[in-house]
Amino acid sequence: MSGTGQPAAPAPAPAPSKGGADERLLRTSPLRRLLGRPELGSVVGAAAVFLFFTIVADSFLQASSLGTVLYAASTIGIMAAPVALLMIGGEFDLSAGVLVTSSALISSMFSYQMTANVWVGVFVSLLVTLAVGAFNGFMLTRTKLPSFIITLGTFLMLTGLNLGFTKLISETVSTKAIGDMEGFESARKVFASQLTIGDVEFKVTILWWAALVAVATWILLRTRFGNWIFAVGGEADAARAVGVPVIRTKIGLYLGVAFAAWVSGQHLLFSYDVVQSGEGVGNELTYIIAAVIGGCLITGGYGSAIGSAVGAFIFGMTSKGIVYAEWNPDWFKFFLGAMLLLATLLNAWVRKRAEATK
Amino acid sequence: MARVRTGVRAMGAVLAAVLGASLVGCSSTGGKRAEERAAEAAEGRSAVSTPRWTFAMVTHSGDGDTFWDIVQKGSEQAAAKDNINFLYSHNDEAQQQAQLVQTAIDKKVDGLIVTLAKPDAMKAVVAKAVKAGIPVITVNSGSAESKAFGALTHIGQDESIAGEAVGDELDERGRKKALCILHEQGNVGHEQRCAGAKKSFAGTMQNLYVDGTNMPDVQASIEAKLQADRSIDAVVTLGAPFADAAVQAKATAGSKAEIDTFDLNAKVAAGLKEKKLGFAVDQQPYLQGYEAVDLLWLYRYNRNVLGGGLPVLTGPQVITSDDADALAAYTKRGTR
Repeated sequence: MSGTGQPAAPAPAPAPSKGGADERLLRTSPLRRLLGRPELGSVVGAAAVFLFFTIVADSFLQASSLGTVLYAASTIGIMAAPVALLMIGGEFDLSAGVLVTSSALISSMFSYQMTANVWVGVFVSLLVTLAVGAFNGFMLTRTKLPSFIITLGTFLMLTGLNLGFTKLISETVSTKAIGDMEGFESARKVFASQLTIGDVEFKVTILWWAALVAVATWILLRTRFGNWIFAVGGEADAARAVGVPVIRTKIGLYLGVAFAAWVSGQHLLFSYDVVQSGEGVGNELTYIIAAVIGGCLITGGYGSAIGSAVGAFIFGMTSKGIVYAEWNPDWFKFFLGAMLLLATLLNAWVRKRAEATK
Repeated sequence: MARVRTGVRAMGAVLAAVLGASLVGCSSTGGKRAEERAAEAAEGRSAVSTPRWTFAMVTHSGDGDTFWDIVQKGSEQAAAKDNINFLYSHNDEAQQQAQLVQTAIDKKVDGLIVTLAKPDAMKAVVAKAVKAGIPVITVNSGSAESKAFGALTHIGQDESIAGEAVGDELDERGRKKALCILHEQGNVGHEQRCAGAKKSFAGTMQNLYVDGTNMPDVQASIEAKLQADRSIDAVVTLGAPFADAAVQAKATAGSKAEIDTFDLNAKVAAGLKEKKLGFAVDQQPYLQGYEAVDLLWLYRYNRNVLGGGLPVLTGPQVITSDDADALAAYTKRGTR
């Protein structure tokens, strides 16, 4: 269906078929199993959006456009994968968007103020970012308040800290340029380089994205931790009763989000070399939307990491496709909303059909 | 208990490792030390012995805006010189901004500086200030309304005129098809700039809206547009931070377009110098802040009013690679 060589919409993850000992697997055909995957609807939606823009926008199908669309999708997708896992685990993270900015600010300012090799800043930033993730997880499991409230608090605090600290340290609202510091070039290679294939430029974030989705999928489908995620998202009390370490699982999920925020933040820093402290507000919703389009339920317990990638891809295709189609920019947000709604409706419809045939 | 202690010890070890690494892993280029070496000791102290008046400035700036940061720097410097107790507050919601002005009136400040980005919402509260006998100066936006609202004068740039300056400059550079990048949908000043540029530009100009809080998205959108339309030969961004994203988008898209921008910062100055950017239109935000405080002081001290009822323009000043060198040091310290 979507087989125009789209790396972001591959055939859904290989179902654990080779083992073959489970009676639930023996009775269903591979096609049925494919139809039961949570991301199926979104794959169909992605194919529809792709076809649509291929028809209405001449330049959409160019190879160079593919690089651009994939880049736009990857910056969302890197965060959407751990956010999807978190949502399957039944929780939200509203601080994810600004945490990306925080992470970039920390590396930049630490390196600059200490006049240290930028890799030192990058490492410190990883520790601090993970600490914020752990804070979210601890607060959530300790206070038993909804994650919506906890992470809303973190979101506001981080927004204030980003601005406050940046101004306190740099005396302006953006960081100082660190492009002339040692280690910058190598760090840029890791976080913000470009790979030229043919004459198309692909950003390295696409690789990070693919790797994170692969790891997330592996965790979800092949590890014990993956089972715990589904269990705590489905019914936390029942999960606890059968011995699932609910607290550890939830903290782990927040650490995952924090790690991805670190990767995104470093990309931000090393591609622009200066970071604006006010950025990132509102992006947390984009990540959640990508995960939901990809088939994650807002109530938890259901979804997939590949789905989040497809969701991010739909988002990237829609937001850039509108530009390729050269539609009147005054209506941009309307088109974006309408396309996303349509893709999600198609997604829901396909899933319903798939479940009906079970 | 024992586990807690190991945790603390582990954390201590990590911290020690980080500090150690930062000492060992020093950068011999750039960084704060380089800045300190270059820094000059310029301590601000007041130059006059007038009473310590309190002036308040209330703007429509959002959090962490580079432009308003520079305005504030100008104000603070003038306040230090004029022995003024300077209060700054801001909110991008018109209603909240009006409430902030009200609190300044409640505090019985000796002078008030406001922006009129959303004039209708500010009308009543500015009238209240005038009625309370507080001299008001408007800055940045609201040149048309300033006088009618009872302000002493207006200091700022006329956005349409600034836009027209861009159009003329593009003509001079022989550009035919330009793109205007708006990073805030619905901002009146932004629309006026692009409209002004469109008006005076002999070629064609299109608008493109991007999400200003998401830099990678800004870049990808510009990239997409440049790929979709190969004939675009000029891109104009409305804020300094977006110029760099446009430069990168141009490279990825393999476009030949010239990148131009409104406003200045250190990166833009460097970009102009390296000819990555064509020109920048500066409205001198430092001047807007500095002059506003200074003119209020002049009014308090000597009943002077500048402008003779007409707005005092701080821009547009067109900056090219020729001027970039001289401005680089000022952009670095954040006052240009």
